[in-house]
Amino acid sequence: MELLTTNNVWMMLCAALVFFMHLGFSFLEIGLTRQKNTINILFKNFFIITMGLITYCFIGFNLMYPGDFNIIGAFGGVLGFAGAGLDAAAAADLSYSEGYTYWTDFLFQGMFAATAGTIISGAVAERIKINSFMLIVLLYVTIVYPIVGSWQWGSGFLSTLTDEVGFYDFAGSTLVHSVGGWGALVIIYLLGARKGKFDSDGKALAIPGSNIPLSAAGVLILWLGWFGFNGGSVLSADPANTSLVLVTTCLAAAAGGLGAALFSGFLYKNLDLTMFMNGVLGGLVGITAGADQMGPTEAIIIGAIGGVIVVLGVALLDKCKLDDPVGAIPVHLFAGIWGTLAVGIFGASASFDQFMVQLASVGIVGAFCVICTFIIALGVKAIIGLRVSDEEETQGLDIAEHGTGAYADFSMR
Amino acid sequence: MKKIEAIIRKSKFDEVVKALHDAEVYFFSYWDVTGVGNEKIGKVYRGITYSTKDIQRRYLSIVVSDSFVDATVDAIIKSGATGNVGDGKIFILPCEEAYRIRTGEKGNKSFN
Repeated sequence: MELLTTNNVWMMLCAALVFFMHLGFSFLEIGLTRQKNTINILFKNFFIITMGLITYCFIGFNLMYPGDFNIIGAFGGVLGFAGAGLDAAAAADLSYSEGYTYWTDFLFQGMFAATAGTIISGAVAERIKINSFMLIVLLYVTIVYPIVGSWQWGSGFLSTLTDEVGFYDFAGSTLVHSVGGWGALVIIYLLGARKGKFDSDGKALAIPGSNIPLSAAGVLILWLGWFGFNGGSVLSADPANTSLVLVTTCLAAAAGGLGAALFSGFLYKNLDLTMFMNGVLGGLVGITAGADQMGPTEAIIIGAIGGVIVVLGVALLDKCKLDDPVGAIPVHLFAGIWGTLAVGIFGASASFDQFMVQLASVGIVGAFCVICTFIIALGVKAIIGLRVSDEEETQGLDIAEHGTGAYADFSMR
Repeated sequence: MKKIEAIIRKSKFDEVVKALHDAEVYFFSYWDVTGVGNEKIGKVYRGITYSTKDIQRRYLSIVVSDSFVDATVDAIIKSGATGNVGDGKIFILPCEEAYRIRTGEKGNKSFN
């Protein structure tokens, strides 16, 4: 009982830290976009956390942890649903788990679910219709995210992909970050770039962010939130594991930031703070899949490569004429794929078989997310459209969609 | 009586103010302006080099009597120049009349 109490307190603290990440995401997105879209971004972030928690309560939690794959379970667990709503009887049973109570489990996982939607929010900023966004994210967070999660964390088929080796994703490089990243990639492809992002020859132009200090605060808050994101994914307060995970997480963040700053400095002959910040996040996403498998040296290598991948990813998206204002796709998708594969290359479970399982799982999850997003987004496009009008985009979504500006006494430009 | 308008570098503002004071020109107005010119400022954001044509300068508006015109212009040129493209411009316009609002005094009694 004493052990359960200790574990449970740590898990509730971690849930609170993951909740705090939503402020970090909000700050990061506001700062890297223009001030005329600030209310719109905040509205989206409020919608994600509020809608995310409520749908996770009624549907998501029991879709992600069905216990029994009662809908499509014949091949080892594809789809199951344990019924709508939370189960008060299960909650009363304190032997539910040694690590936490039923309530804590729900809250911690619920905070996770919403982050997948937030990743999409940043990438599509400044041009998506608010109603279309809310509809897409509602379906994505309520259905797509929990189904993918159930394949691994709900003991579905990815967790036992081959007889010898199962997929390994400690805290969600693939299951959270890439799931959000794949969705974001498809939607920005369907949406098109912001006006003024590419010139008539297709050359990428700069649209500088409006508030870099706010973004910096956002990144540091996200880093703090990761103490809970990875630290809580131990699923108990186990002293050896939680401490190791916090160390590898922080070392990877540091290496990711330095890797991105140095690499972009070398590449562009400029010390770019936004790359430094995205690099920290790239390192964090990179270590998330194997935070409990790595030692300090591996964590630093994985983080640094994650940072370099972010810098290259930003350039790659510009080359492909895809517009991601905040770098969500390089950070969450590209670094997420890297981190997932890294579990097969470095650390305690590194092996060729593990690498191939990781690769196959990245492909399976990617294909599922891409197909689902296409279906959802094309459906929404057919019903209400995806993108605001040119005039609304120029005017800014704050006025066009919400009827007021974020800084009423400020002159806009 | 002349109106002297000068566009100068913001970085030179303090020196220009001091030079004007030394030339016994104590009263003037200024505001920050954005213009377009030959100068190109190269900037880099997330790996994309871009140059902005928006150039930030400070605009001075000074009214002086005819005998002060040469000294004022001289002070601005000497204190405001760096020798690089973009040091700015000075314009001299006729000024028809001036009043001091508090007393209703007219002409160059309202300044020097």
